[in-house]
Amino acid sequence: MKKILFVEDESALQKTFSEILKQEGYEVISALDGESGLNLAKSEKPDLILLDLILPKMDGFEVLAELKNNPETKSIPVIVLTNLENIEDVDKAIQLGAMTYLVKAQYSLKDVIEKIKKALEK
Amino acid sequence: MNFKKFLNQLDIFGQCKKYRISFWQCPNFLFLLMGSIIISLILVSYALTLRFIEDPRIVSLIVLLIATILLIIAFIINRSLEKLFEVNRIKSEFISIVSHQLRAPISNLKWALEFLLSGRLGKIENSHMEYLKILEENSNRMAELVKDLLIVSQIESERLSLKKEKFSLSDLTSEIIKEFSPLANKNNVKINFSFEKNLPLVFADKYQIRQVVENLLDNAIKYADRKKGLVEIKIENKDKNVYFEIRDNGIGIPKEEQKFVFQKFFRAQNIKKYQTLGTGLGLYISKVLAERSGGKIGFKSQEGKGSTFWFLLPIK
Repeated sequence: MKKILFVEDESALQKTFSEILKQEGYEVISALDGESGLNLAKSEKPDLILLDLILPKMDGFEVLAELKNNPETKSIPVIVLTNLENIEDVDKAIQLGAMTYLVKAQYSLKDVIEKIKKALEK
Repeated sequence: MNFKKFLNQLDIFGQCKKYRISFWQCPNFLFLLMGSIIISLILVSYALTLRFIEDPRIVSLIVLLIATILLIIAFIINRSLEKLFEVNRIKSEFISIVSHQLRAPISNLKWALEFLLSGRLGKIENSHMEYLKILEENSNRMAELVKDLLIVSQIESERLSLKKEKFSLSDLTSEIIKEFSPLANKNNVKINFSFEKNLPLVFADKYQIRQVVENLLDNAIKYADRKKGLVEIKIENKDKNVYFEIRDNGIGIPKEEQKFVFQKFFRAQNIKKYQTLGTGLGLYISKVLAERSGGKIGFKSQEGKGSTFWFLLPIK
């Protein structure tokens, strides 16, 4: 079973996503802040990370940079899922190594799930 | 009309009241005050030097004194302008913060509803479904509203990004028409779409042009004829540009209001009676976005017969 790590401080979103991803047949582990997200990524070695950018303790950019600097977590694909939509933020995240950048308000739940499935197929 | 506008400009007290600040903080008033002081002081000093003063040192002293007074007034004017700019900045910032903060809960709401409506948690009873649909429709409306406000705040703070790429306007339009077909069916509106073969790709910001097409289509559907609604869209090649036109057979825009159509928060009087939804931001946003991509936008309309909106986008 593929394992997805979801780093997101909104617990409402955590709940909806873990429920739907479980139904799709994935194992979901969640972190509510950047620091524990990073630690879970190191200890659990998920197949995919969904990462919000505005997070307590450590923001998403820092988490992304750390992940990509660490040889053990470097190859895990990261999908950024956020409400920041400035072009600078998008460029920064892609440069740091994010695979896909999704602005929450622009996508339906179905679209996001599709993107996750596609990312895991690769 | 122009004379009336000119008179309005002269109504300084009215202008200052509109800003909701006191006269001593109102640039329009202070400029007038400074102007009158300059002129009267020059006249007085001219008269004085002619009649009484022969010593040029005293004249230069008077000039110095006048300059000092003017400097103080200019300083006050400057401060009052700063205050106006500050208020404007706070307003933009406020819209931006509020809309960003509203976005997170709206996304949560939309996605939770989508999940519930997908039936993955079990079948939904029909009596419940009706209310869930109301929730869905209204959360979508709220999301659209916040999106519009956010675009306006980005336009005003000049933080709107521009990511130009080549794409097919006819493909984008087909996609959007598909998304709008439930709304069109609900309003009894038929949509006809035709486009020239071998259209060149346009070079523009795809996400922003999507907003433009969505806004124009949304308006056309909403304001088309209530019983036999018809919206006709066509896309053509027009030397080095791609031309998009959308026509409805609805109530049209009254002639005297046509010049305000692309203004922020504008809504025609005849629309308000007929249809209460809408913020009056859609066309303002459309104009700014189409022009930012290097395009042009315009319309013609006859009250009672319908409106035709069009835009042009460059191909490189």
